[in-house]
Amino acid sequence: MTILVIAEHDNASLKGATLNTVSAAAKLGGDIAILVAGSGAAAVAAAAAKVAGVAKVLVVDAAAFADQSAENLAAQVVAVVKAAGGAISHVLAPATTAGKNVLPRVAALLDVAQISEIVAIESADTFVRPIYAGNALATVKSADAVKVITVRTTAFEAAAAEGGSAAVEQVAEAGDQGLSKLVGRELTKSARPELGAAKIIVSGGRGMGSSENYHSVLEPLADKLGAALGASRAAVDAGFVPNDYQVGQTGKIVAPQLYLAVGISGAIQHLAGMKDSKVIVAINKDPEAPIFQVADYGLVADLFEAVPQLTAAV
Amino acid sequence: MKILVPVKRVVDYNVKVRVKSDGTGVDIANVKMSMNPFDEIAVEEAVRLKEAGVATEVVAVSCGVGACQETLRTAMAIGADRGILVETDVDLQPLAVAKLLKALCDKEQPQIVICGKQAIDDDANQTGQMLSALMGWPQATFASKVAVGSGKATVTREIDGGLETLEISLPAVVTTDLRLNEPRYATLPNIMKAKKKPLETLKPADLGVDVTPRLTTLKVVEPAKRSAGVMVADVAQLVEKLKNEAKVL
Repeated sequence: MTILVIAEHDNASLKGATLNTVSAAAKLGGDIAILVAGSGAAAVAAAAAKVAGVAKVLVVDAAAFADQSAENLAAQVVAVVKAAGGAISHVLAPATTAGKNVLPRVAALLDVAQISEIVAIESADTFVRPIYAGNALATVKSADAVKVITVRTTAFEAAAAEGGSAAVEQVAEAGDQGLSKLVGRELTKSARPELGAAKIIVSGGRGMGSSENYHSVLEPLADKLGAALGASRAAVDAGFVPNDYQVGQTGKIVAPQLYLAVGISGAIQHLAGMKDSKVIVAINKDPEAPIFQVADYGLVADLFEAVPQLTAAV
Repeated sequence: MKILVPVKRVVDYNVKVRVKSDGTGVDIANVKMSMNPFDEIAVEEAVRLKEAGVATEVVAVSCGVGACQETLRTAMAIGADRGILVETDVDLQPLAVAKLLKALCDKEQPQIVICGKQAIDDDANQTGQMLSALMGWPQATFASKVAVGSGKATVTREIDGGLETLEISLPAVVTTDLRLNEPRYATLPNIMKAKKKPLETLKPADLGVDVTPRLTTLKVVEPAKRSAGVMVADVAQLVEKLKNEAKVL
């Protein structure tokens, strides 16, 4: 039995989410193989081979994978699964926007169900996943020959990035499907930690009032704490910050050591994205705000006074 | 150019669902049902493309129980021209819905299918990608901007690091993210008009699709509750607690 993990990367480095996915794969029991489909991605393949617990790295290096299009990547994954002639029992990817884009396509091409965002593994065919914005946890059993699964990265520790020495094997290229073309990417550049990997997150909501306030009030605190910056949907919709700051049911799911919710009322869709944080602090001037029901420490205060005080005190 | 928009009937997003005590699922009896919010965005986008003269017809499709007719009427009140209900009491999973939609795409020959990126009940985020795979079409998921040209579309997508813009050939599947548009409220005259628009009802068997579930739900439970926290009086006390009690600073 082989578990195939799809590496998430940008052709230069292996993304941390892949390490959490390897940990989930290890819980299934079986050989773990990582597929690195990229273009000029030798460094990614080398990094994948060093991940602890990985038996094999399958590499396909071709121009078709330069942009990681769902169409080309899915076709390649399916080709690898079919070439293995039944040896691959599971296909796993992190439940990031990249993983969610590709894996349903893989599942449909294999004519199997896809299981989204698992948070626990009961056995090789039984998994736990959140539904209704995390207000319920469903245990589902798959009857399909190949289980195609996205993994909620916050639910599994990262595997060690060093210590492994997997064999690297080239696989045949499935080719370019010619269906889509990348025009460009506008990636948010930031010296701060990534939301998904940050130990501390400072998150702002509608209460920030404006983009200027969001930045002038929260950035000094985030800088002092070495924290990532996040936001509620309301703050993103209002244009305070870009879309990739959004924490919630349909944005990023985070579970840092400390989550500071500032001026966030706490809609269930937002709570779905952060309620697994170790410690939650809420600062809001409305004592009735639902965020206080999940906060470990609540402070009813005007954020424009409290946050600068907090910045000065830490 | 025809646009197909699948719409799902789900528990309204303002409702906090309760897990049934016997662990078989969530209690949706006597709960307000609405169109999945991402599907509303999809209908709005299709209707705007029609108003802009890009599309000629918008067809809404819903798969599920008879009451999904209401969801289709809502889509038609927003501006869809007609509705198709694929009626079944079977608990439909994303692969089954994708197969039903494929059969309808083969029949209706739309140039674009606009789906919501995920339904807020099962949170699967699969159907659009699966349909695209089954059709052999390109996909542009999590769209925040769609521009349709001749034989192609340019779509801006919300991804983890920011935004990505793709050019895809048509026909194609697009799935909507939150910021694609703000759906209009259906006006009373449009709700009345929607009641007279054509609504066709089919069964999965009419489309030759096997909708048997592949996943069995063994149990549904409530997640562990967070223990009640404390309110602090001021910033000084908060910092003290974070340093000495929670030990996170």
